[in-house]
Formats: sequence, structure tokens, C-alpha cells
Amino acid sequence: MTNYALTRLGEALIAIWGVVTIVFFVTRLLGDPAALLLPVGASPEQLEALRVALGLDLPIWKQYVTFLGQVLAGDFGQSFQFTRPAIGVVAERMPATIQLALTAMVLGIIIGGTAGAIAATQRGTFAEFAVMTLALLGQATPVFWLGIMLILFFAVDLGWLPTGGYGDLRHLVLPAITLAVFVSASIARLLRSSMLDVLKEDYVRTARAKGLMPRTIFVWHVARNALIPVVTMIGILTGELLGGSVVTETVFAWPGVGRLIVQGIETKDFPVIQAGVAIIAAIYVAINLVVDLLYAVLDPRIKTRA
Amino acid sequence: MRQFLHALVRSRSGLIGMVLIVLFVSAAVFAPMLDLPNPLRGDLKARLAPPTWTGLFAPGVHPLGTDQLGRDILSRIIYGSQITLTVAAYAVVLGGIVGVLLGIVAGYFRGPVDRILMRLVDIQLAIPLMLLALLVVAALGPSLTNLVVVLAVTSWIRYARIIRGQVLALREREFVQSARAIGASTTRIMLRHILPNVMTPALVVATLELARIIIMDAALSFLGLGVQPPAASWGRMLAEGRVYISSAWWIVTFPGLAILLTVLSVNLVGDWLRDYFDPRLRT
Repeated sequence: MTNYALTRLGEALIAIWGVVTIVFFVTRLLGDPAALLLPVGASPEQLEALRVALGLDLPIWKQYVTFLGQVLAGDFGQSFQFTRPAIGVVAERMPATIQLALTAMVLGIIIGGTAGAIAATQRGTFAEFAVMTLALLGQATPVFWLGIMLILFFAVDLGWLPTGGYGDLRHLVLPAITLAVFVSASIARLLRSSMLDVLKEDYVRTARAKGLMPRTIFVWHVARNALIPVVTMIGILTGELLGGSVVTETVFAWPGVGRLIVQGIETKDFPVIQAGVAIIAAIYVAINLVVDLLYAVLDPRIKTRA
Repeated sequence: MRQFLHALVRSRSGLIGMVLIVLFVSAAVFAPMLDLPNPLRGDLKARLAPPTWTGLFAPGVHPLGTDQLGRDILSRIIYGSQITLTVAAYAVVLGGIVGVLLGIVAGYFRGPVDRILMRLVDIQLAIPLMLLALLVVAALGPSLTNLVVVLAVTSWIRYARIIRGQVLALREREFVQSARAIGASTTRIMLRHILPNVMTPALVVATLELARIIIMDAALSFLGLGVQPPAASWGRMLAEGRVYISSAWWIVTFPGLAILLTVLSVNLVGDWLRDYFDPRLRT
């Protein structure tokens, strides 16, 4: 187990290093930050002086090494638009993003888990058909369009909820539901198919033959094993939520990291883009690391395979 | 082939998906013959006209309404589908070629090549795909080619992982061993003996990827990083219509429905293909 955990930790660190490297080289392609920082009409000498000051005159590999060193110290440089450390700007927006993603995830797990379990245990009924149809629709609906439709209905027509922005609980309702629909659709479909697989297993038949209570069989034999792929799915969905937040946050004017990154791209605020993407990727890698370790606890076969 | 079609017709959901896809693709291909209003030319006297259903085929009637410049929404959706479907198709094929080839190489050679490629996959999986796409399009600038490349980049890993797994098993099979024994070159073994055997899983992945790519393409256009105006694209129509949400619901409603129906039908076919060929591919 310790070996497996250490290997996975090493892989996670390599993944984060890879992300930071990709982000560094891609943002270099965005253009010359010195030209953006100085007012139009600055002389070539001034441009050159700023490039030297920012270290942009050094060979690219030297810039990269310096960058890596700074990142290790948590320093992504000064944000161009806010003239403050970029990491601070991102950290300020983090709670809003986490609040939204976490609410959507919890809602999605509750709704999707219930729906998936119903669909698997009530085979051939209208309930199964309804759950599967809704889940298919939920997976096919573009998140940002669903958000706009919910705004149209609940905010514009009925006037029950605000159209966007950040504040009390009422602001959280629509964006959280928007993201939860996607999460619950994926979880419902996966849980149903994995429960159906487990129900076919010999040990479930044995448990039934032993005359165990249906509830005992459900909790100890079916649910526990059917949840294994769902746990992995939750890890993957977290990435989709964090990345997809870019669009949802834009639709609902939600002041999170996703919207900050989009604004950063529009204004070519490299340090903010780099810090934002790196931190989101780091969170994502950390969650998947935890998921994988949890997985090894749930399913002892994993360790031997690794 | 006959058995395949027979199973398709009997599956209902697969059939519905297939019929819808054929319908959408024909609408996109034959758009110029449909006598639609010009999707780019507005009519300011008819701006923000609500959908009208009386006298459907009379000139000047807009079944799905018009947008803020008086352009016909139905026409823009159909012409927009040309761009969306073309971009998605190219991206799926490009991502598929790269992913399948790298998957074969990783699975066939194993060892360090495999480890490096799979580590690359892990690294890419660590960046939420939407962020990666956003970054790259922003860096390269929005154009059709860049869009295709970016969407393909987000896609190859799905093929590579599944194909690699298949190849790991295939390379030990007798026909591959015997080809090697009679001295066939590595390239020949990979292309003539292994490639044909991984086409089916590749096709299943491609269908499911197509749905994901259509949504991501719409999301990028929605953020202003897709096809540039005045060309019609579904995501851009949503972004532009959002401003008029309180006065003209139809501008944002119909393009979204178009995306939903397209993705739904592709998903229906993809699910069916997967269950038909190999339920074990379910991930």
C-alpha cells in the first residue's frame, strides 16, 4: 500500500510539473508582455529596458528555469491588470469557485445516486425509463445553454432568483443547479450500469440464497462494490466542474477563478493565467490522487496490479 | 453488414439517433438548395421578430424568429451546423489518427516508449480540457484550423488509452507472432495486422468523442474563441442572443436546442455502437 501510494504521489507531482511547463510555453505564445505593459508609442529603448527588467531578454530555457524556481516558492509574478501578486488575485477568487463546485457536486451525487439506484433496482418500470431519458438529456445539454434557459425562466420570467452575480444563497441556486444536472446525469448512468453488473455476480446470488435481508444485501454486497467506478467518476467530474466553471461562471457573472482566467486571456495577463491554470490543475491532481488511494482501499485488487 | 443494420433497426434508441444524424447532416449539406433566407444578411425592419408558424413557406416568414439584426434564426442554425459539423468531424478524425497511432506504438513497443506516452496522457489529463483548449486558442488566435487542432489535442488521449490496452493483448496473439516469425517489418505488423483489429473500438470512441467535441466547440464559440463573426455558429448565436434574453427568448433557445439534439443523437448512436460491439468498453 505504501509503495502504491508513493508511486501515485510521484506520478501526481510529475503531472503538476508537466502542467506548469505546458502553461509556461503556451503563455509565451500569447505575445510580448512588455509591449502590453507600456503605453502605445513607447520607444524601442524603453521596451528593451522593460524586457531586461522582466527577464524576457534571457534565453527561453533560462526563463523557464527561473519560472520553475519562482513557482516552487509560490510566486507567479505580479498581475498586469491588478499590479499585485497573481497568486493572491487567484486565491481571492478561489472560495467562490470551490463553493460553486462543491455545492454542485454534493447536489449531483445526491440526485444522481438516488436516481441511478432507483433505475437499477426498478428494472423495466417507468421509473427506470424516466431516469435514463432524463440522464441522456442531461448529458447532451450544453451547460452554458442550460444556465441561460434557467436564467430566462426563473430570473427573467418568474423573477424568483437573481440573474447572476455573487452574494447570498439565492445567487448560488441557479449556477449550482446548472452544474448539478450534468453531474447527476453522469453519476446516474454510471451507477445504474455498475449496479446491474454487480447484481449479476455470484456473491449476490449466494447472499440471496443464504436468505439475507434485501437491505443487507443492498448495502453490503451491491452498493459497496457498485460505488467503486462511481468514485473514479467523481474524480473525473471534479475536473470537468473546475474546467467547465470557466463557462458557467461567465454565464452567471460568478466571480470565480474560471472567469478570472477568461478575463486574463482577454487582457493577456500572463501571471494570472499561469497561476489560475496551475492551481486548478494542482487541485484536480490532488483530488484524483485521493480518489485513487481511496479506490485502493475500496478494492484491494488494485494494489497488486500496480 | 446486414446483421448490423438489423440490430440497429431493432434497437430503437440507436435508430432514432441515426435518423436524426442523417437528417441534420443532410440539412447542412443541402442547405443551399433549401431556399433559406441569407443567414448573413439582416433585415432591420424585421429585427427581433418572434417565431411565426402561419404561412410557413411564404417569403419573409421566420419560423424560429429573427435576431437583433433581423437575420433568420432557422437559416443561421442550419448554416451554422455546416461549420460546427465540419470542425467536429475534422477534429475527431485528426484526434483519432494521432491517438490510434500513438496507442498502437505504446502498446506494441511497451517499455520506455509506452511509459513516456502514458505519462504524457496523465499530464494532459491533469489539465481540465476546457482550460487547455481555452489557453491554446487564445495563444494561437481563433481560426477554423486552430479550432480543429485544439479540439483534436483534447481528444487523442481517449483513443490512445483504449487502443493501447487492446494492442497489449493483440500483440501476443498467434497471427501477430507468426507475422513476426516470417520476418514482417514492425511497420507492416502494426499497420496490416494490428490496425484493422483496433478499428472497431476506435470507431466507438470516435462517436462518443464527437458528442463531447460538439459541446466544447460550442463553448469556445460562446466565449468568443470560435469562428469569427459574421459567420453563424451555434455558440456565438447564444453569446449574442444572451443580451436580448429579456425581450427575445427565441434567439438563445433554438441554437441551444440544436446543440442538444445533435449531441443527443450522436450519444444515442455511440452508446448503441458500444453495446453492440463490446460492452466492456464502457468507462
